[in-house]
Amino acid sequence: MDELLQDFLTETNENLAVLDNQLVTLEQNPNDPTLLSSIFRIVHTIKGTCGFLGLPRLESVAHASENVLGKFRDGLVPVNAGAVSLILESLDAIKRILAILEQTEREPDGDDVDLIMRLNALAEGETVAPATPAPAAPDPEPEAPTVEFEPEPEPEPEPESGSEPKPEPPARVEEDAQAEEAVSSEAAKPDPMTIGGAADTKESAVAHQSIRVNVDLLENLMTTISELVLTRNQLLQILRTQGESAFTAPLQRLNQITSELQDGVMKTRMQPIGNAWAKLPRVVRDLSVELGKKMDLQMRGAETELDRQVLELVKDPLTHMVRNSADHGIEMPADRVRAGKNETGVITLNAFHEGGHIIIEIKDDGKGLPVEKIKSKAVASGMASALQLASMSEQQIQQFIFRPGFSTASEVTSVSGRGVGMDVVKTNIEKIGGTIELFSQEGKGSCFTIKIPLTLAIVSALIVECAGERFAIPQISVLELVRTTATSEQRIEEINTTPVLRLRNRLLPLAFLRRILDLDEPEKKQESAYIVVTHMGTSVFGLVVDKVYDTEEIVVKPVTSLLRHIDLYSGNTILGDGSVIMILDPSGIAARVGEIQGAAKEDKAQQKKAGGRDDAATFMLFRAGDGSPKAVPLSLISRLEDVDMTKVEHSSGQRVIQYRGRLMPLLPINDNFPIPDEGNMPVLVFSDQGRCMGLIVQEILDIVEDRLHVDLHGTSPDGSILGSAIIAGKATDVIDAGYYLTQAFSDWFSVRDNAANFQQPATRRVLLVDDSAFFRNLLAPLLSVAGYDVTAVESGAQALDLCTSGILFDVIVSDLEMPGMNGFEFAAKAQASEKWANTPMIALTSHSTPKDIERSHEAGFADHVAKFDRDRLLATLAQVMSRKNMRKSA
Amino acid sequence: MNVQFFTGQASDLVTFMLGAQTFGVPVLQVQDVLNNQKIARIPLAPAQVCGSINLRGRIATTINVRRCLNLPPKTGSASMFIVVENKEELYSLMVDKVGDVMSLSMTDFEPNPINLDPAWKAIAGGVFRLKDQLLVVLDVLRLLNLVHMQSGGVSSKA
Repeated sequence: MDELLQDFLTETNENLAVLDNQLVTLEQNPNDPTLLSSIFRIVHTIKGTCGFLGLPRLESVAHASENVLGKFRDGLVPVNAGAVSLILESLDAIKRILAILEQTEREPDGDDVDLIMRLNALAEGETVAPATPAPAAPDPEPEAPTVEFEPEPEPEPEPESGSEPKPEPPARVEEDAQAEEAVSSEAAKPDPMTIGGAADTKESAVAHQSIRVNVDLLENLMTTISELVLTRNQLLQILRTQGESAFTAPLQRLNQITSELQDGVMKTRMQPIGNAWAKLPRVVRDLSVELGKKMDLQMRGAETELDRQVLELVKDPLTHMVRNSADHGIEMPADRVRAGKNETGVITLNAFHEGGHIIIEIKDDGKGLPVEKIKSKAVASGMASALQLASMSEQQIQQFIFRPGFSTASEVTSVSGRGVGMDVVKTNIEKIGGTIELFSQEGKGSCFTIKIPLTLAIVSALIVECAGERFAIPQISVLELVRTTATSEQRIEEINTTPVLRLRNRLLPLAFLRRILDLDEPEKKQESAYIVVTHMGTSVFGLVVDKVYDTEEIVVKPVTSLLRHIDLYSGNTILGDGSVIMILDPSGIAARVGEIQGAAKEDKAQQKKAGGRDDAATFMLFRAGDGSPKAVPLSLISRLEDVDMTKVEHSSGQRVIQYRGRLMPLLPINDNFPIPDEGNMPVLVFSDQGRCMGLIVQEILDIVEDRLHVDLHGTSPDGSILGSAIIAGKATDVIDAGYYLTQAFSDWFSVRDNAANFQQPATRRVLLVDDSAFFRNLLAPLLSVAGYDVTAVESGAQALDLCTSGILFDVIVSDLEMPGMNGFEFAAKAQASEKWANTPMIALTSHSTPKDIERSHEAGFADHVAKFDRDRLLATLAQVMSRKNMRKSA
Repeated sequence: MNVQFFTGQASDLVTFMLGAQTFGVPVLQVQDVLNNQKIARIPLAPAQVCGSINLRGRIATTINVRRCLNLPPKTGSASMFIVVENKEELYSLMVDKVGDVMSLSMTDFEPNPINLDPAWKAIAGGVFRLKDQLLVVLDVLRLLNLVHMQSGGVSSKA
């Protein structure tokens, strides 16, 4: 409910209670000016606030009453029983409107003309017959038509969602008690003729069952109980070490009573989640009108109770998500009929308890999340590359909607599409230690599942130890615990000092709590470590700690303001043994883990910039047959496919598959593993100039970014392996994609001769200029295997930039046909420059006519090599280099 | 200087020692005086914060007063703690030794000497001339504000 309105209701209800008493006193003591002006002031305040909040019906009643009271005060109208009754009657009318207002956040329809007319008449000095309404029970006759409460136009919630009267409304915080009052009085008396009097009697009945308690008082009570729980824990701890003790029995009782007390106090703070849903039917109704859709909101489990603090915090995210479902999820009626669905879309809210948490599901049977749209949006906004997306599951792709700034709504509407939304929802839910999950099927609908703790005050937490200090990690974000030893299958590996763990075929990023918290204890080489697998939304990481204790129910206390700036702590607590420990905030740690990784990346980027070479490349790691992982530059792969082996056909002794309307040859990467005739196998698809080929591998391991550092060359007799390199900290065979390309299409490149040994002394710097990424990616590894240090750029202009920045190369290899500046122009400019004037240049071209060769010589190229003749290229390079060396030594 | 907590002719101060220097805190601000306590370390906390202690179920943040005054760390026997409350949060000030409560006449009060070390001046609320020594009044509010300002935004060890 709107905070302003909430305040108004609380304040006005209090004022009205005061007024009731004062008016009765006034009747006995009509000439007390202080009393009169006090009454006048209160009614005036109510009137003023109503005007401010835009509540015309309340305002008009209050205004008329104020008029009369003004006349009383000025002595123009005598105070008598009849007049006071009329004022009281108007106060009753105000109260009833307030009750409705509180329940629905709107004034009821209708007006109070009759009452106002009588008030005005009184103000004009007409006497009111003392026989008219008695104060407590106003005469229903004149009043009935005026204060008739028409049923709300909005759909009533499901029967189970709370329109029936609660049999025993428990004592609870003020706003709730009153809402319930209103519900029960309305439901109990459907007859509008009798509503006035009946509501009054009902009210008193409810008043006897429930009391209004200040929220602060409850909060204090809760804090005190928390202390009691802690003390109890301490006592129990002591008792455990005592063995036999006379205290055992009484302490057990104390234990039990404390638990009961804790439950009891917790219950006073509990409110049905229906309170947070109250305005949703209206939201959906308004949206269905606005958008021209037919929608039905079903609410289940509205009576599920949760802590009012949590309730307040989930209210907005819930509203947002229901709006989203209505706006994005549910289709237009015509589209629904076409899809074979019921014209009316259904949004279902479902809440229930599950193991100390409350689960809220927001489900719709609409069109689901459009995976393709999300993909293109993700690419357009640079959140992921098409290749990364190619290897993602639909569910992973759908998670993009939780990224900041992501919206698939093509237009910004008043409802949604502003790109702020699901990420905020997610952050808010996570802030209160909750999680949100998404399941969506295109065409069928979406389901969001929110899991939140029942209360924020007491949480269950895992106690861990690191460098002699203990910390608590909220249980909700802990997925599992893994223990690693040096010899166990699961052990910590490092990618360029970044620790990771293989966990069920996934790489889990690790963070050492010791490093994050800067714990200065010397880092001893540990035999074993515990890894707390923690999740924060979709990001999962492992937190490495020294020891894991138990889970404990802890009372969360806020961190001192001196430490608020440290986002790694969400609070602190006192354990059963009396020691104070910090509660770690998984989201803060997740941010820190990301930061470390981000920083590493940045470092790398800067290195790259500064050095002009040392290219880090992204590799696809996979396994085929033998144990060692194999790698191929990711940029060469155009797609990853999961090929159904039953679809594989044979043509001229080769495996082929129909792929996108064409035949694609399939090659096993080697013969070391059996290729089944059925089931699915992962296939790396290479394509260039409209031709595709697939390499069958056994298992795709990962995508890593690393520098290509080939240490062993040409280890395979057939030349299918370029060499071995350390990638992701492991010896990895780097596959020569070119070899397979020639296997698939003998004319892909010129026929390959038997591999010659091109080993060269290292650190020959080669600049490779080619506009085709494919060739750059193909040639760069080839050259680096041959011992050259390769810098690849995509245009002559970029190459000249390097020249200007003073970077020198031993040889330049350049394509001739390039968009923008072609190879001839580039060569002319390079030769004209001071720095590169003496750098030999080799031309690459796809077609080598004598005329081309002549022209390239004119432009300053020392040599000319056909693009696909890689052996020639290497031979030429070697030649050029030796010529250069000779010149140098001469 | 700030003498708002001294009303009337006399003021009662809880005295404590840091090295050879005597300090005083107005007695009405002091909630508790504690003997040696087990301090729980808080990683990444600012240097002036040496940890937290459990004060009968409430958590009090422990401030190293020596550190605030640029004094060398204490050697030897255990420290004592003066517990104060500010904005509903508890702080325990770690000092060498807590002494008696003294009732001092305002006629002996003087503002901070202008040549006082800036670090001291920042948290001293004046000086009382005692018979054989000088007593520096510790302004708790300013001490806490200072720690707050110095720690804010600094995310690693200072």
